[in-house]
Amino acid sequence: MTTVNQANESALTEYVTATIGGQLFGLPISRVQDVFKPERLTRVPLASNDIAGVLNLRGRIVTAIDMRARLKLPKGEADRRPMAVGVELRGESYGLLIDSIGEVMKLPDEGREVNPANLDRRTAELSAGVYRLDGQLMVVLDVDRVLEIAPDKLAA
Amino acid sequence: MDDLLCEFLTETNESLDTVDNQLVRFEQDPNNAKILDNIFRLVHTIKGTCGFLGLPRLEALAHAAETLMGKFRDGMAVTGEAVTLILSTIDRIKDILGQLEASGTEPEGADADLIDALHRMAERDPSGPASDIPEATPECEIAGTLTYQILERPLRPGEVSLDDLERAFRETEVESIAPASQSAPAAPAASKLVATAAPKKGEDMPEGDRVANQSIRVNVDTLEHLMTMVSELVLTRNQLLEISRRHEDTEFKVPLQRLSNVTAELQEGVMKTRMQPIGNAWQKLPRIVRDLSSELGKQIELEMHGADTELDRQVLDLVKDPLTHMVRNSADHGLETPAERIRAGKPEQGTIRLSAYHEGGHIIICIADNGRGLDTERIKAKAIQNGLATEAEIEKMTDAQIHKFIFAPGFSTAAAVTSVSGRGVGMDVVRTNIDQIGGTIDIKSVTGEGSSVIIKIPLTLAIVSALIVEAAGDRFAIPQLSVVELVRARANSEHRIERIRDTPVLRLRNKLLPLMHLKRLLKIDDGADSDPENGFIVVTQVGNQTFGIVVDGVFHTEEIVVKPMSTMLRHIGMFSGNTILGDGAVIMIIDPNGIAHALGASVVTQQEIADENAARAGGAEQTSLLVFRAGSDQPKAVPLALVTRLEEIAVAKIEISDGRHMVQYREQLMPLVRMDGVSIGTDGTQPVLVFADDGRAAGLVVDEIIDIVEERLNIEVASSRSGILGSAIIKGRATDVIDIGHFLPMAFSDWFRRKEMRAAATARSVLLVDDSAFFRNMLAPVLKAAGYQVRLATNAQEGLVALRSGQEFDAILTDIEMPDMNGFEFAETVRSDDRLSGTPIIALSSMISPAAIERGRQAGFHDYVAKFDRPGLIAALKEQTAEIGRAA
Repeated sequence: MTTVNQANESALTEYVTATIGGQLFGLPISRVQDVFKPERLTRVPLASNDIAGVLNLRGRIVTAIDMRARLKLPKGEADRRPMAVGVELRGESYGLLIDSIGEVMKLPDEGREVNPANLDRRTAELSAGVYRLDGQLMVVLDVDRVLEIAPDKLAA
Repeated sequence: MDDLLCEFLTETNESLDTVDNQLVRFEQDPNNAKILDNIFRLVHTIKGTCGFLGLPRLEALAHAAETLMGKFRDGMAVTGEAVTLILSTIDRIKDILGQLEASGTEPEGADADLIDALHRMAERDPSGPASDIPEATPECEIAGTLTYQILERPLRPGEVSLDDLERAFRETEVESIAPASQSAPAAPAASKLVATAAPKKGEDMPEGDRVANQSIRVNVDTLEHLMTMVSELVLTRNQLLEISRRHEDTEFKVPLQRLSNVTAELQEGVMKTRMQPIGNAWQKLPRIVRDLSSELGKQIELEMHGADTELDRQVLDLVKDPLTHMVRNSADHGLETPAERIRAGKPEQGTIRLSAYHEGGHIIICIADNGRGLDTERIKAKAIQNGLATEAEIEKMTDAQIHKFIFAPGFSTAAAVTSVSGRGVGMDVVRTNIDQIGGTIDIKSVTGEGSSVIIKIPLTLAIVSALIVEAAGDRFAIPQLSVVELVRARANSEHRIERIRDTPVLRLRNKLLPLMHLKRLLKIDDGADSDPENGFIVVTQVGNQTFGIVVDGVFHTEEIVVKPMSTMLRHIGMFSGNTILGDGAVIMIIDPNGIAHALGASVVTQQEIADENAARAGGAEQTSLLVFRAGSDQPKAVPLALVTRLEEIAVAKIEISDGRHMVQYREQLMPLVRMDGVSIGTDGTQPVLVFADDGRAAGLVVDEIIDIVEERLNIEVASSRSGILGSAIIKGRATDVIDIGHFLPMAFSDWFRRKEMRAAATARSVLLVDDSAFFRNMLAPVLKAAGYQVRLATNAQEGLVALRSGQEFDAILTDIEMPDMNGFEFAETVRSDDRLSGTPIIALSSMISPAAIERGRQAGFHDYVAKFDRPGLIAALKEQTAEIGRAA
């Protein structure tokens, strides 16, 4: 973006990468609590479609967010169990359901670009910028915005 | 700051709160020596401690206050002025304490003004010795304990010696000195340091100070940690129990059972340490109200109900400020000045009523006043001005919706204090506080009659017992607190699910219970084999509303640790939280209030109405009404309790005999009465309301059954048409309430008379006291038909007038819930009157509980009858008047 940080070469951010509906996403590692396999998900009646349910993770109740639904992507194959990335917001635990987890990447902050104009609008809404990697685009997820689920978006 | 000083600050703050309270009480009851002794001792202890710690300013102040109080003990008249003076001294002491807490040293400053005033006040006393005022000499200000001892005047009777004082001080290091405020969190900063461990029952121990209160102070963090660990222990125990449930006979069973019991006890114990009576948060209020009433020139009475309702101390801390704020608001903006009140025809003295109770797993706190209510017009204007809504939007809103604007952020501004005469100052802050603990707040206001704020706090921080049920394959927890009973409904059994239009109902012990299918409510209906007539019904009670929740299965009860819903899910009213079960699964906790809400007749509304009723001491109670259509499009209604059954009778079975419609029903010939304009069709079925009494049944033919509603029945327009009692607004529509007394004699002309006639050979007279026009209208014809002469009274006062007018009555029938003077008080008054004490009194009530009956017995009622129990009423009347007959 800018060249302000060029002098300081250590301005690197580590990202946990994940794929959702074929798209590569990156979550700043500072926001990620853990990565887990969501088990025994309990659906929450009357909740927004984006909320996959709640589950017990070592004695804490975690609200699972269906990232495919959040990004308005079609549902994944029913038989494949997704993975979850645990994040926290204001003391509450959330699990973002993703298709698969990738490696951790250390990327320079100045390599982050603004959303390209042709980025899918719904993806762009949750994006905090993109990285152009070898042959693919990594969208940086804005975790705070992901968790801004309007309460009035009730399931039909 | 050294530990000693910390302890001192905490304890003194607590003591002072107690003094505040006690003084206000003392002012109202100046002859109560016990209260005075309490105050005196508290102040005395403060004084002594200050001397010991070398805090001359405080000591001098406390000493001067003590001197004045000593005069009171010696018999000086207690004036409001004097109490105000002592209160302001206490304020000064608090002020100094605050600074002491911040800086660790006593602030500079002179208190000569107050001390002089106190002395002047004390000297004014004609009875006390004039020489008795050397206390405020300069020596005092540098006094240590020793100097103090020298300067001490001779002990007055009842006063403690210095030795006692020192002993008291030594004791205070381990014991709490102020019984009434013992567990009250002290000033905010101090409470961070220490908090008392033992919860306190019974607010006012008569002479508590020295009575050993075995308590220690424990850091709040320690308690919190303990609580967390116990929660974990409960969960682990539940897991173990779950495992043992699966393996039938393991050797673990017995020790596990033991572990389970111990855990339960431990949990209860730890919970107890965190629970405190809400009265602790109310402690400062009498003082605040007193100050406000003199400041504002209003007469204000503060009523407090349910002060012993316990809640988690964390919650208590958070609601304390909002409560204070709202009481202030009520006093300041809600209540009118005495002149305004008189003009409005209200008693001069305004009342603020605080009440707290548990309901459906929640704690409800209500702050009600009988003031002018919210100024809807001003709120409208303000809302438009603040851009919260457009004029057009506001036009469409109900008053209740408009009133909610006062909770909007930024609604209360400095300008609002002067320009909005209703409330509104800081209500958004109040709401934020309540939101924080996952509670809800609502306001209900009636112009000219008062307003009430209802705060509902869920038990998010607690462990509760819950019933685990299944619906559509998912499990849910229903708090045991609100579960009344479980009913297994089967087709063709006594308990079966019937339908009134689309509303499923269950007939349970002659009451119709509305039912809700949990899975339909939660929109998780899988459509799988839901047998419309079978199912498990969880009979649930919220407030005065009872309903059934239909579930697919019922498992067991389990102690669950309530965890608050994620903020993202908190808007779903059906759930009050979630929990982790023994098997590790997360399930939702059903909020019975939410279900009741969905049922249409919102519990909040009922609650509000109940509160409103109590607050404005008027109105009528909730009645279940059957709404139907007969003859015209205008809906008609009849109290559901009068209806025995609802039937769909095949037209083909209706016969005409002797010009009357009849049907064979349950092996009897049942006459059918048609309401005007109702025509019996030629085929299909015809809805019939069946009324049964004393082995006979009659049917009222109607066109269509519409609904069952819970409403406050307010007959607004009395009717001159026969068969119609009057019109009421039910579900927003003008509805005719029919008079069963008109129709049933059409079936059997002697319906009401038949067997009662004999007893009523000589006309006996009955006084019927009921504030509800509906019941007067309903019962009077019944009584008349039974051969009694009836005199009506619309309230207890009127009843007393009638009784004392010289007219003789054979019996008195009275409602219980009435304004101004309730039935119990009425009965007590009648009992205490020699001329009337012989007249039997029968209570008519919609609330029949053993406690109420016992209360009735104490009040002197001869009998207690349910309002709709007509045969019971006539029988009771007959019995009572017969006894009189024999006695006469």
